[in-house]
Amino acid sequence: MRFSDQFEQRFAEMLTHYPTKRSVLVPTLLYAQDETGYLSDEVIEELASRLELTALDVRNVISYYSMLTTKPRGKYNVQVCTNIACMLRGGEELLQHCEKKLGIGHKGTTPDGLFSLEEVECIGGCSWAPAAQVNYDFHENLTTEKMDRVLEGYAKKVTA
Amino acid sequence: MADVNITVDGKKVTAPAGTLLIEACKSVGIEVPSFCYYPNLSLQGACRMCLVKIEKMPKLQTACTTVIGEGMIVTTDSDEVHQARKGMVELLLGNHPLDCPVCDAGGECELQDMTFSYGAAESKYMEPKNHKEEQQWSPVVYFDRPRCILCYRCVRVCGEGMDVWALGVQNRGVGSIIAPNKEDHLECEECGMCIDICPVGALTSGAYRYKTRPWEMTHVGTTCTHCADGCKTTLGVRRSESGMEIVRGDNRDKSGINGDFLCIKGRYAFDFANREDRLTQPLIRKDGQLAPSTWEEAFELIGKRFREAREQHGGQAIGVVGSNRTTNEENYLLQKFARVVLQTNNIDHHRTADFPALAAALKGKPGSTASMRDVFHAPAILLIGNDPTEQHPLLAWQIRNNVRLHRAKLYVVNSADIKLRRQAAAFLQIPAGTEGRFAAFLAGDDSAAEGLGPVAGANAGESPAATQNQQTTLGGFREQVRGEQNLVIIFGAEIRGGDIASLVKFGSGVAGAKLLCLADYANSRGAADMGLYPDLLPGYHPITDSGKFHEEWGGVPQAPGLTLPEMVESARSGKLKALYVVGANPVGRFAIDPFVFSQSFVVVQDMFLTETTALADVVLPAANAYEKSGTFTNTCGDLQLVKKAGEVSGSKSDFEMIVRIADAMGADVHKLVPFGRGTTADMGQSRGAQSGEADRHAVWLEAHGLEPKMSPFDPTAILDEIQRLVPGYEVSRLNLVAGSDQHTALVGIATGAAQDPKLIAPATDNLFSSGTLGRYSRTLNSVMENHSRQPVESEVAAD
Amino acid sequence: MADLVSHPDEVKVVSRRFGMGATNLDRYLEMDGYKAVQKALGMGAEAIVNEVKNSGLRGRGGAGFSTGLKWSFVPKQAPKPKYVLCNGDESEPGTCKDRLIFEHDPHAVIEGVIIAGLAVGSHTGYIYVRGEYRYLLDIMQKAIADAYARGFLGKNIFGSGCDFDIYWHGGAGAYEVGEESALMESLEGKRGIPRIRPPFPAVVGLWGGPTVINNAETLASVPHIILGGAEWYANLGPPKNGGTRLFCLSGHLKRPGVYELPMGYNLRKMIFEVAGGIPSGRALKAVVPGGSSTPVLKSDEIDIGMDFDSVAKAGSMLGSGGVVVLDETTCIVKFALRTMKFYQHESCGWCIPCREGTDWLKKTLIRFHSGGGVKKDIDNMYYLSENMLGRTFCPLGDAAAMPTMAFIKKFRQEFEDHLDGKPCPFEKAGAAVMV
Repeated sequence: MRFSDQFEQRFAEMLTHYPTKRSVLVPTLLYAQDETGYLSDEVIEELASRLELTALDVRNVISYYSMLTTKPRGKYNVQVCTNIACMLRGGEELLQHCEKKLGIGHKGTTPDGLFSLEEVECIGGCSWAPAAQVNYDFHENLTTEKMDRVLEGYAKKVTA
Repeated sequence: MADVNITVDGKKVTAPAGTLLIEACKSVGIEVPSFCYYPNLSLQGACRMCLVKIEKMPKLQTACTTVIGEGMIVTTDSDEVHQARKGMVELLLGNHPLDCPVCDAGGECELQDMTFSYGAAESKYMEPKNHKEEQQWSPVVYFDRPRCILCYRCVRVCGEGMDVWALGVQNRGVGSIIAPNKEDHLECEECGMCIDICPVGALTSGAYRYKTRPWEMTHVGTTCTHCADGCKTTLGVRRSESGMEIVRGDNRDKSGINGDFLCIKGRYAFDFANREDRLTQPLIRKDGQLAPSTWEEAFELIGKRFREAREQHGGQAIGVVGSNRTTNEENYLLQKFARVVLQTNNIDHHRTADFPALAAALKGKPGSTASMRDVFHAPAILLIGNDPTEQHPLLAWQIRNNVRLHRAKLYVVNSADIKLRRQAAAFLQIPAGTEGRFAAFLAGDDSAAEGLGPVAGANAGESPAATQNQQTTLGGFREQVRGEQNLVIIFGAEIRGGDIASLVKFGSGVAGAKLLCLADYANSRGAADMGLYPDLLPGYHPITDSGKFHEEWGGVPQAPGLTLPEMVESARSGKLKALYVVGANPVGRFAIDPFVFSQSFVVVQDMFLTETTALADVVLPAANAYEKSGTFTNTCGDLQLVKKAGEVSGSKSDFEMIVRIADAMGADVHKLVPFGRGTTADMGQSRGAQSGEADRHAVWLEAHGLEPKMSPFDPTAILDEIQRLVPGYEVSRLNLVAGSDQHTALVGIATGAAQDPKLIAPATDNLFSSGTLGRYSRTLNSVMENHSRQPVESEVAAD
Repeated sequence: MADLVSHPDEVKVVSRRFGMGATNLDRYLEMDGYKAVQKALGMGAEAIVNEVKNSGLRGRGGAGFSTGLKWSFVPKQAPKPKYVLCNGDESEPGTCKDRLIFEHDPHAVIEGVIIAGLAVGSHTGYIYVRGEYRYLLDIMQKAIADAYARGFLGKNIFGSGCDFDIYWHGGAGAYEVGEESALMESLEGKRGIPRIRPPFPAVVGLWGGPTVINNAETLASVPHIILGGAEWYANLGPPKNGGTRLFCLSGHLKRPGVYELPMGYNLRKMIFEVAGGIPSGRALKAVVPGGSSTPVLKSDEIDIGMDFDSVAKAGSMLGSGGVVVLDETTCIVKFALRTMKFYQHESCGWCIPCREGTDWLKKTLIRFHSGGGVKKDIDNMYYLSENMLGRTFCPLGDAAAMPTMAFIKKFRQEFEDHLDGKPCPFEKAGAAVMV
């Protein structure tokens, strides 16, 4: 199991931040997922052994946090917020638009593996609603037209 | 601790400071309901059933997490509290499948009880329920997710209690689920504690599920027949075509020495009793083949041949092999029969520990053995050798939970990195075979220290400084242990003979130290105490000094008899004319050449055909320990009742068979079994499922085809004699009969000179094996297969 | 990056460095940066606690507990290390203020953590940032590194002889982790299940040590109090509600955004003047005044001062500062459903009433909103909420129950309008209704 040098460096540093090893688990899982796309059995076993935990322990934690996944998803995870503030300003219509545009539903992935779609809970874009995140990037004050441009931008990133 | 006064529902309650409110309420008979609260497990506050009103608190409070405070005024029975509980039950039932009619727990389900108590009878839920398919997690554990109410008892008992940590909680919210450690299955010790502790039917037993309804069973609390720890197990029995069938084992009766605990064997491995290949009629060898016969024919033949052997060749031409799984009464009767009727001291059994050496070493030190209860309360424990997790699951539980709940200090000395190391304050790994030297070192022989190795600190996760401190020298280790008080010294079969004396010597330098010697089978200790030795009478009396036994019994041969290997040699040379094997499989256990006995008349009492029955002239179908009454002594010396639960028509108890053989030989049965004397004979109340009539004794006797009188087949008559003649067994008879364990004192009187430590052959059983008996348990075999822990052939033991 | 707005009524305290490049440590220092810490180093623990107590600063996470009082609960002597924990797990729907603080003024948070540490005798702080805010975690990491590089953190800070370390920590998606004891569990690498209380975190917190845990906005306010003085800060708001607050105005508004207004600022004014009122000339229907967990206010209930006590008096809560405005086109049933869907999704599942109650209510509301409701559902939903209220393991159950009860009580007619298979009166004809 190989992670990037940056991951290893950060991992080693984080271990020095806490009195117990397992304290690094939650952020580390997310950083690992950023590199591997999802938390495979291999990643789980690796982190469990590094932190002196059982794989069961690690799975218990993973399954609690909504950003962590043990299943592969698209290169760009489009997360549309439909919570109250976004709902009032068209969040649901935006989600439906994305579903139509990408041809996938909640937690689906496009056949080319480029996009995944997720309806998410409040992401803290309430005053700039409706809001969405693609991976970690925020996109706000969205309209369906604006969303199209956002998605095209990511699609272009790959072809470029 | 100082007492605290509170008021609950107007009642004054006084309890020690630190008591939880739910326990304080319980102490005065006020039941506060709960699902997640379980004594001795960590607090959860999750089920919210125990909400009560505490004055000056705006919200209802959980009684399970509230520590009582002086002057607290509590209401557990108001409309508000009642509505809170009802509301919780309603919320639970919303998604509960309500498949009670087909649920194993139906009738003994805490959710049903709670619904009944709080009247959450109206169904307000209109939505489709969240259904999930049932999963099989192991041969013995099934999980029905929709029934689960998430009380987390299973997770805690597996982790905190068993130190296995095979169960976790996954997902969140309504999707939360109990998850096994290997995603879709369990890899664990298969103890089934999770099933037992489950308040509903979410975790069910592969051995029991869909077999019966709880109310169709009769429950009999008896002692487990597997390892030497002596757990109380409650057997659920039901009438069947062949007698009484055992359908379930569990530990609902928490009064035993095991409290909440039961391992895989106690819980599931009763199934050997119900096997179809059980022997149900006597077999006599005719034309080289074992053929069915009548009991009369069999007893007549045995009586004739045993009498002929004795009359023509003397008692020394007859050998007797006893059992580690027969009752004390049977063992005592067997050796008395051998010595008095067969006129021989050629009697032995499969020895798994050196009790005679311990008895000899404890001479003049009464009260120096530890009971199983002591192991849970002792402030310090030294464990040398053995791997209790595998071989003594209850002992391991007691040790583990003593450390967890009472912060006992555990010192472990072992050649292997055993699991109990995790609880150890200090762990010393020494080369295999040097345990005896370590004992000598403890006793003060510094020269024995050579090659014993360094002490490793055991508590991972502690600060490096603490670990540093634990890197003490061997001498430091000894000093540390010596500095403890009320230490319990537990040792395995690695320590024998003179090495036991060394430990006793070391122990006598520690204030309040007690010893505990580990043997392997359910009544190994009883077999030793009852004198299944060629040179020792009951209570380790040397045969050369038969004193009071001589007075009671009359003529007893004075010379020590043959040990088991010596009997084999005697047979080989044609001198052993008859061999009587009761509940043992020496041929299989010791890989004896079966042709050795070709000139001996061999009688075997067993449940199944074994390597030993293969060379028998007569095979008698025996009842097992779950099918008869009597007592067992566990490895600690705790005496407990064995009660009749199951029954297989056609078999007889070993006790009855011994008496009938004596009778067939023309012996005076009244002398052998002093029945009809005194008033202590039990009137059938210890016989379990069949009791309950006015004249219980008569009913029971009749049901067993016996003469309705105070008969010579009554084992309690022999218990009278045991209590009278065996030192240490003079315990309270009424307490015993009431179901309480009674610790017998090991009173040292023997010299142990003729004892040879080499005769001890540990069973090397693990969690999933149980000597010859284990072979006949479908559950144990399926679990072993599942874990790929096939027994090595040579490890198969006799009893 | 979120857009900044402004209004003349604003009193900029916490937001005074927003948009001014204060992530750059030199720029920050030019704007009174790290002066508060240096002043606090000379004050002594007790004086700091008193100053914060007297300022009337109350927890900005939502509960509104006096910050100074909270600090005073930490025992002076403790066998285990003490910790300061910054709660940056902002996730209450309607709330997006901590995001701006981390984005524009990360050093203010660091200063706040150090000062809290000085106040309670701690030498270690952790700043927990929700997982979705990765770019903010990056900003925070850099800010911490910069502060270490200047000697503002680490050994002997500002030559005072005092040591203080701060570490960053990221979440991975869980609203419940915003609950203080659940956050500690999460930081310790576990599932975010709250802990049994008592003991409270001030006595037994992170790794068993006494722990002060405060919201990011609370901590970012502290340096200003130290510099400006308790009296100045307290006088910004009404009695017992010191200072200003970042109000996150969202929903049907012409100029939604995050505005810093004095505590006690009139809600009607906030909506119609600061945020420009409702677009397209539509009428106001209701306001959720402090994040999704606070009971809804009807349009005629909004002439109130936005401080903890006034809003409580009006039957709701000031909460986390998320003001969500609903115009007349909003279906209350649908709004209640979306709210419940959130709590059902975020319930940790630990206790029965929250786990089962949120799921039951969500399912009922879905059916109800799509026309499958029956009359007794309305009472049943109210009854269920009542059975959750005050009986759950942590406040999440209350957060789900309180708004639901308010929706039913205040807008019962709208619920009844959905009965008997009637289509939702607010849905456009033919639109799919399933959520």
